[in-house]
Amino acid sequence: MAGVQVSNVSRSFGAHKALDDVSIDFADGGFYALLGPSGSGKTTLLRQIAGFDFPDSGRISIGGESVERVPVEKRRIGMVFQNYALFPNMSVADNVAFGLSVRGENKAVIASEVQRALDLVQLGKLGRRRPHQLSGGQRQRVALARAIVTKPRVLLLDEPLGALDKALRVDMQIELKRIQREIGITTIFVTHDQEEALTMSDRIGILRDGRLVQEGPPEEIYDRPKSEFAATFLGNANIFRGDATGNGIRLPDGTAIAAKVGDRLAGGAKASCAVRPERIRIATDAVVSDAADANMLKGKVSKRIFAGNNSTYFVERAGQTLKVIVQNTGADRLAEGQDVVLRWSPESTVLIAAG
Amino acid sequence: MAVPGATASRSGLRSALPLLAPAYLWLTVAIFLPLSAMVFFSFMTDLPLSGKPWAFTLGNYAAFFSQSLYLTLLLASLRLGLEVTLWCVVIGYPAAYVLAKVLKGRSREAIFLLVILPFWSNGLVRIFSWAMVLREGGILDTALNAVLPFKINIDLMYSYPAVIIGLVHSYVPYMVLTCYLTLQAIDDSLIEAGRSLGASRLQVLKRVIIPLSLPGLVAGAALIFVPVVGSFMEPRILGGRTGTFYGTVIEDQFVAVFNWPLGAALSFILLAVVLVILAVAAPVLRRAA
Repeated sequence: MAGVQVSNVSRSFGAHKALDDVSIDFADGGFYALLGPSGSGKTTLLRQIAGFDFPDSGRISIGGESVERVPVEKRRIGMVFQNYALFPNMSVADNVAFGLSVRGENKAVIASEVQRALDLVQLGKLGRRRPHQLSGGQRQRVALARAIVTKPRVLLLDEPLGALDKALRVDMQIELKRIQREIGITTIFVTHDQEEALTMSDRIGILRDGRLVQEGPPEEIYDRPKSEFAATFLGNANIFRGDATGNGIRLPDGTAIAAKVGDRLAGGAKASCAVRPERIRIATDAVVSDAADANMLKGKVSKRIFAGNNSTYFVERAGQTLKVIVQNTGADRLAEGQDVVLRWSPESTVLIAAG
Repeated sequence: MAVPGATASRSGLRSALPLLAPAYLWLTVAIFLPLSAMVFFSFMTDLPLSGKPWAFTLGNYAAFFSQSLYLTLLLASLRLGLEVTLWCVVIGYPAAYVLAKVLKGRSREAIFLLVILPFWSNGLVRIFSWAMVLREGGILDTALNAVLPFKINIDLMYSYPAVIIGLVHSYVPYMVLTCYLTLQAIDDSLIEAGRSLGASRLQVLKRVIIPLSLPGLVAGAALIFVPVVGSFMEPRILGGRTGTFYGTVIEDQFVAVFNWPLGAALSFILLAVVLVILAVAAPVLRRAA
């Protein structure tokens, strides 16, 4: 087990900067998600850590040992690929045994280690099957067993759940998390699925255009995004743009929005405010009920999407469509076309300097 | 219970028949009829064409066993086939690997074209070109002596190596093509997975790439070995006096000695031997793959 330090790593492919001065510290035993849209550099970063590709500049160390020029086979990492990459010419047990057998371990040790790894992923009885005889979820487990049986220092996962259907994916998320806790291995997980990143990881790094946009625990990134991109990529957010006033912003139409979270900005600068849809309360009356909901806007419901446990209202206001998510409490539902008042507190409003 | 499946396959066959018929008709006319005629000839004392008397005999087949020369030549031809196949693997497999896994885009297309080029040139022209290269005072000899500070004589013409060179040149594209197809189908992530598990490039090659590309190697080997064992053009032109093989003897029976029955009998013995070899090799290779 070991932590991974990535320091000032850059990598270009021709004129395209795939990674631009990225630094992240992955602490020992943590579960990290690298999140970003396609082309953001998250897979490139993972491949640098794995050793399939070397950085143009910068340093990578695993367990304090500098590895940026060490080829993958000498880095003692475990990797799970998006398509699982199981060897089709070998049985499940031989697939799992591969890493130990190329190392020249003796047969009895290999057999017991392989059985242990297969038991850990709950496939103890399927060792003699061929990969093509397994379901997607089972292949996923074999790939995981194969990656951890060699006791690597770091476990790297490249969108490992991308090919599974939703129900199975949720099962595997729980399973993966359980196994990771059980063996306590530093895990770095590449995904473009924000929900997956939120539910599974201890820390999330958001990448965009080869740069690290923000890094921190899921709650921190969700509650205190530092950029409009971070706010909208991880979860939903309503973004208001205007001029900073010292304790919030003023919209072009003169409406003031108070914000108590995020950057402190001097008056006059361009700034944005981000508000999560579930933090906004929606009502038909204009009565100011309590002082905590200091922010108030009027609008008209243009659309309602019912999702069972909640409803999403799309509210038109001064040319902007705002999203409001309301839990299904059985209270009266609002109709499309209805005039409404939106209220939310400054504590739910994040002030972001204009990027 | 099995009725629905059976009707489905029967109706499938019925709709496939018009598509299959031309190919089968052509094969019947072009291969089966002449071949049956040859089987017929191989049991005759003489050709029934010149009006000479003829009778059925097993003598043509007996000739193979009564004279050790035929067996010696057959073994020489099998050895030739084996050697040429091996050289094709040694030369063709790495080339196929580079084409499939290293080169991309334009350069791959260009190299690919160069590999298949021998296919598009006339076989006889190809062989005579080699004759010009290999003989004493030929292109290879002159070029080497122009470069090297000391005098050497390169006269490979009319020798066993010349036959090997000519045959390998003719047949190596088969090996490159069949291996290229299987190598290209191997997902790069399998190679990466192997390396991430600590395997060196050589270990990945041995344990993952070669086993997965074995079907291509086997197909290429079968495509090369069978015609090489019966080859006569390259041995005759490039081998000269040393180029007497089983194939050239069969050719002699047809074009020089005009003993078609013996030629036909020798051909079928070769066919039988090759089939036996493939039948014995198939299960072994299938298990390995």
